[in-house]
Amino acid sequence: MTLLGLYNYWIYILLLVVGLYAVLVKSNYVKRMIGLGIFQAAVFLLFISMDKVEGGTGPIIRGIPDPDQLFSNPLPQVLILTAIVVGIAVTALGLALAIRIREEYGTIEENEIRRQDHEA
Amino acid sequence: MMSVIGLMTLTLLAIAAIATVMASNLFISSMWFGIFSLLMASNFFILDAADVALTEAAVGAGVSTVLFMGALALTGDKEVKNKLNWLAVVVLGVLAFALFIATFDQPRLGDPNAPVHMHVAPWYLEQTPNLINIPNVVTAILASFRGYDTLGEVLVIFTAGIGVLSVLGFKPKHRPVTSGEAFGEKVRGVQHHAILRVVGKLVIPVLMLFALVVQFHGKYTPGGGFSAGALFAAAVMLYGILEGADRSSKAMPQLAMLRLAAFGATLYAGVGLVCMLLGGAFLDYNVLWPDPLIGQYVGILLVEFGVGLTVTTVLIMIFNAIANRPTY
Repeated sequence: MTLLGLYNYWIYILLLVVGLYAVLVKSNYVKRMIGLGIFQAAVFLLFISMDKVEGGTGPIIRGIPDPDQLFSNPLPQVLILTAIVVGIAVTALGLALAIRIREEYGTIEENEIRRQDHEA
Repeated sequence: MMSVIGLMTLTLLAIAAIATVMASNLFISSMWFGIFSLLMASNFFILDAADVALTEAAVGAGVSTVLFMGALALTGDKEVKNKLNWLAVVVLGVLAFALFIATFDQPRLGDPNAPVHMHVAPWYLEQTPNLINIPNVVTAILASFRGYDTLGEVLVIFTAGIGVLSVLGFKPKHRPVTSGEAFGEKVRGVQHHAILRVVGKLVIPVLMLFALVVQFHGKYTPGGGFSAGALFAAAVMLYGILEGADRSSKAMPQLAMLRLAAFGATLYAGVGLVCMLLGGAFLDYNVLWPDPLIGQYVGILLVEFGVGLTVTTVLIMIFNAIANRPTY
C-alpha cells in the first residue's frame, strides 16, 4: 500500500485548492479570511507531514538517549508552531479591516463596495 | 503505513474544509472552521507533532473562533451567494492536477530516508542533549538554536497587535449593554444562561493554571510561550464572553496590555543584548552563567517568558478592541 503513503499530500492539495477558491471567488471579506485560514492550514499540514518518521515518537529526549529510538523531525514543527501564531495575527488584522470597511460602507461584500466606489 | 485513525481524521478534515467554504451563513461557516482546526490539531498529534497540536488547538479552535464570532457580531453573518466562477474552477483544477502528479515523486509518509531527515535535523537531535540539555528538542530549536527567527515572529505578532489597534482605535468605546428583552432587564455577556456561567467560570482557573504549566514546563513536555500565551488569552476571552467584554477589558486594560506586550518583546531582545555585553554573540545564552548549560536554561526560560507575555497580551488586546466595539 505505498500509494496510501501519499494520502496526506492529496488532502493537502484539496485543502489548498478549496482555500484558494474561497479567497479568489468569494466576495465576502470574512469568508475570504476563512479561506485564507484553510489555505494556511494546508501548508501547515504539508510541513507537519514531512516530520513523521515511521516508528518514531515526538522529539522529546529524556535521560540517556537510546540510539535505536527514532524521533520525528523537529525542524518543520518549529516552523509551523510559530507560523500558526503569526497566522492568527494576520487573521485578526484582516478582521479588523473588515470591521472598519463595514462601518464605512455598510457592507463587506466586495461587489457592493466596488459599486458604491463607482457611483461616488 | 498510515493508521486507520489517521486516514479518518484526514478525510474528516477535507469534509470540514468543504463545509466551511460551502456554508452561506458565516456563523455556521466559522463554527465549521473551528471544527476544522480541532481536526487539524488531532492530525498534528497523530503525526508526532505534539507542540504544534497544542498550539493549533488553542489558537485555531479557541482564539480564532472567538475572534470570528466577535467580527461577525459587527459585520453581520449573511453572505451574498456568488455564482460559480468557472475560470477559477478551471485554473484551480489545473493546479490541483499538476500538484497531484508531483506527489508521486514525494517520499511516502513516515519514510525515514526522506531527504528532509538527512540534512541538519539529525544534528539537532544528537546535539540538543549535549549543548542545551533540555528534553524538548522543539523548544531547544525554537528558543535557542533558531532564536533569531523566533524574535522576528514575536515582533510580527507585536506589529499585528499595533496594526489592529491603529485600525480599530486605541480606546474601546463601550458597547451599549445588550438588552435581554425576553427578561425585561439588562444583561451582558451570557449572564442569563446560568449553566454556561457556572461551568464556564469553573473552566477559567483550570485553563489559566494549565497555561502556566505549558509556559514553564515547556522544556520538558510539549508546550512553550506560543501555546501558553494562546491558552491564557483564551481564558481571558472566556471571561469576556461570560461576563461581558467591558468587564474583561476592565480587568485587562488596553494600555497595560500594550505595555506588557512591548515589555515581552523587549525582554527577548534584551536577553540577546545582555549576551552581547557579556562577550557572546546576540542570543548566545552560553555566556549568561559560568556553566554554559545553566546559561542556556536561564536564557530559554527568559525568552520563552517574553514570547508568552507578548502573545497573551496581543491576543487579549485584539479581543478587547473587537469585542468592545459598538455595533452600528
